[in-house]
Amino acid sequence: MTREGWIRLAVVAALVALLEALCRGGVIPRTVLLAPSDMAVSLWQILREGQHNTDIVSTFRNVALSSALSVTLGFALGVVIHALPRLRATIEPLLASYYAVPTFMFYPVFIVVFGVNAAAIIAIAVLLSIVAMVTSTLTGLDRIPAVLRKTARVYRMSFAKRALLIDLPAAAPHLFTGAKLAFAYAFIGVIASEFILSGQGVGYAIAYAYNNFDNRTMYGLMLLVILAAVTANTALDVIDRRLQTRLRR
Amino acid sequence: MRRLGDFILLVAGIVVAWQGLHWLAGDVALTSPWRTLLRLGALMQSETFWGHVAETGRAFAAAVAISLAGGVGIGTLLGLSRTSAIVSEPVLLALYSLPKVTLYPLVLLCFGLGISAKIAFGAMHGLIPVAIFTMKAILQIKPVYWRTARALRLTPRQVALTVALPAVLPEVLSGARLGFSLSLLGVLIGEMFASKRGLGFLITNAMGLGDIATIMAVALFISVFAIAANAALLALERTVHR
Repeated sequence: MTREGWIRLAVVAALVALLEALCRGGVIPRTVLLAPSDMAVSLWQILREGQHNTDIVSTFRNVALSSALSVTLGFALGVVIHALPRLRATIEPLLASYYAVPTFMFYPVFIVVFGVNAAAIIAIAVLLSIVAMVTSTLTGLDRIPAVLRKTARVYRMSFAKRALLIDLPAAAPHLFTGAKLAFAYAFIGVIASEFILSGQGVGYAIAYAYNNFDNRTMYGLMLLVILAAVTANTALDVIDRRLQTRLRR
Repeated sequence: MRRLGDFILLVAGIVVAWQGLHWLAGDVALTSPWRTLLRLGALMQSETFWGHVAETGRAFAAAVAISLAGGVGIGTLLGLSRTSAIVSEPVLLALYSLPKVTLYPLVLLCFGLGISAKIAFGAMHGLIPVAIFTMKAILQIKPVYWRTARALRLTPRQVALTVALPAVLPEVLSGARLGFSLSLLGVLIGEMFASKRGLGFLITNAMGLGDIATIMAVALFISVFAIAANAALLALERTVHR
């Protein structure tokens, strides 16, 4: 690990220790925040006893489904839009200001259309994450070096061969960035919609525990979400950085 | 002129798609553009609607102010040394991509039910992108600027105002634009979960009643505001870039 990596670890560890000390010392009352060690114990119990297993499975299934949908549909849409410059020029402002609109407020519409179930959650998560994939696909296709296209022509590659052997690998780093963003947004979308209104899932379980003053369960599950999100996003980020450096070579 | 034409085409396209979806899904699921406009017109004539707007506006303004001041402050502190920037960047990115809704109960327990919880939650969303952009902007100031400032024997105050500020302004504005949209999202989600006032509450309340026209009307109102504000900030960014 680099020197900065060690410092980072030390800083995070020190902050957690400080929080632990503040909670144990009674500066932060137990009714507001549990000590980090208590959260870990609670999470361990939740996982061992398995009372929230269905929630956990349903959340991760929804996240996986909606990111997969966003990545495939977003890629396909990106390819189509890239092939039609006139269409692209027209919808460019829409793509640019898409994330300025709090799309999440359309969740109630999906609730009315699909009812309170996984379909509504997946629909809003896809809506939140798909545009990140579309824009990344467009950037990736734009940045394919002209020389690669020329090489393909010199080799008289067929369209399919060129797409598979030249275009896809050349655009891959950008596509991966898109997939990374799509995953992060889908995760946020799923947890947020479960939290606001649903009958299942980790977000729902946290909101339920909050409404019942069950701080132990609430903080245990919160720790689970934080750990899952940080681990997954950091792993994707590390791969993304490697691909980006390869791009610069 | 071409851009104006494109814009009109885009709006027309959205309205047509909306109308098409309305025919597909039926009146219960999705109100038509025209009926949504009528509903919004009716809402805008009622006093209670503007009360909700004022409540959300107050919370949002405070959240944006905290995001900007705090984000620029934190970003400046972390950006002053290369080590602190490298140490903190992954942490900030992890915080950025965290589903912050999970932390909302914690915010509620700290601030209680009321406007301060909404402000804190909005600021949590907006602060981090502003900090990340500010930090990166300061790191990327060209070393030759510092050398020039030294050669001209500028005072620290002059360095800050005439060298550093103009150099970081475009990036900071991009961060502010992102922080602006995310604060709005944060405030609205806060209102949707636990509140008795504000536009977010209006939406969840309408959801409970199955009143799709109100949901669409409020969503349209917020979208138009968000897009207009975003366009204004983009235009400001472009003038600064020049």
